[in-house]
Amino acid sequence: MAVIVDYDAGNLMSVARACREVGLRAEISSDPTRIRHAERIIFPGVGAAGSAMRSLAASGVDAALTDAFASGTPILGICLGLQISLDHSEENDTVTLGLLPGEVRRFRLDDPSLKVPHMGWNAVRVIRRHPVLDGVEEGDEFYFVHAYRPIPAHAADIIAESVYEGSFCSALGRGNYVATQFHPEKSGRVGLRLLERFADWDGRVDA
Amino acid sequence: MLSKRLIACLDVRDGHLAKSVKFVDTKNIGDPVAKAREYYLDGLDELVFYDITASSERRRIILDVVEAVAEQVFIPLSVGGGVASVGDATDLRLAGAEKINVNSAAVRRPALIAECAQAIGNQNVVLSMDIRRVVASADVPSGYEIVIDGGRQPMGIDALGWAKEGERLGAGELVVNSIDADGTREGYELDLTRMLSEAVRIPVIASGGAGVPEHLYDVLTDGKADAALVASMVHYGDYTVSGLKRHLHEKGVKMRMSW
Repeated sequence: MAVIVDYDAGNLMSVARACREVGLRAEISSDPTRIRHAERIIFPGVGAAGSAMRSLAASGVDAALTDAFASGTPILGICLGLQISLDHSEENDTVTLGLLPGEVRRFRLDDPSLKVPHMGWNAVRVIRRHPVLDGVEEGDEFYFVHAYRPIPAHAADIIAESVYEGSFCSALGRGNYVATQFHPEKSGRVGLRLLERFADWDGRVDA
Repeated sequence: MLSKRLIACLDVRDGHLAKSVKFVDTKNIGDPVAKAREYYLDGLDELVFYDITASSERRRIILDVVEAVAEQVFIPLSVGGGVASVGDATDLRLAGAEKINVNSAAVRRPALIAECAQAIGNQNVVLSMDIRRVVASADVPSGYEIVIDGGRQPMGIDALGWAKEGERLGAGELVVNSIDADGTREGYELDLTRMLSEAVRIPVIASGGAGVPEHLYDVLTDGKADAALVASMVHYGDYTVSGLKRHLHEKGVKMRMSW
């Protein structure tokens, strides 16, 4: 059974529905014990980093996620879930989980016709092979909604990039943790296939 | 970079798909859930449901439709029609809608936009505006007036001012629906769409009047829209979603072409 982490950060039903569609049994939970013992974890989220971290700390889910990461549980972060897995977010100047080193900064764009949030369909280019993104092809687009972008401290943690004025990291991962800035649950069949691969992933990445 | 979006709008009345011409003469043209699934599989980028149910059962009916669609359509789903409170918005979100469209109730009580933005996030609040061309006046200097209640009630409010106010209050996106063009199949109202696109820094969805693929091209280029909304063009089988996208792609508009 997979656990979809509930921490008052947006509507989780669309993630739950997409899991059901690809045959991944999942329950929505904010119970640290269930999260520690989950077979795999989906860590979604939409909203602001500050309130999300407060909610994670209040429920003890922050420590549970850190423990699950250390024990090798396959974890998929999505959108805000990805962002707060890094060290720090410029949004509300928030210290975040620090599963991976890196920070999150707001898009600052020179072209006034480019809108923030970056919302809509954009191409995702895989720059490092990863079992969960295996099969994403050149030109495949995913659905994004975000005003802040992740900047991993180590280039080796970047799995995929997208372009919005400049390049930004749109998927990252290390060991048993993988995360997407886009929403696979809202990205049609290419997104469902990504969830399907996560459902089969053992948490290992071949070097 | 972001692709332009093709959005299909499904007007739902009493659980059935309906289509109006200039906002009147609605007729029943099928099952919204089956249509939604068909368009999704054919590469649609986003779906909008507009609830035009008149009966007292209205909330339950649209929630059932949204739930059924959300079970089998995995692209952003937007719902509007009669949203008057944060409670309406959160009910629809729980049923599976990503974005919530506010329209008449927000014109009557603009704070609704800010309340919804606070509750469900700016990016999920879509301000849908029904707009009619009028002779420019002191109240309506742009010559485009806001009309509410399904095109029945002119408000003497300027569309340009209302678009900016909507953005300021926290709307994440605008739908620009021309009543003059709605259902005519003679093309989107380009001047109106361009004017509003240039006035705000949130995405603009053009709505009303699409008849041939060229109209979509025009509004996504000349009209500066971020997305084009279609209804009749695809509902009656004259065009397919993938065919429209291919046409735009071949003319150089950036579209999502693999799904």
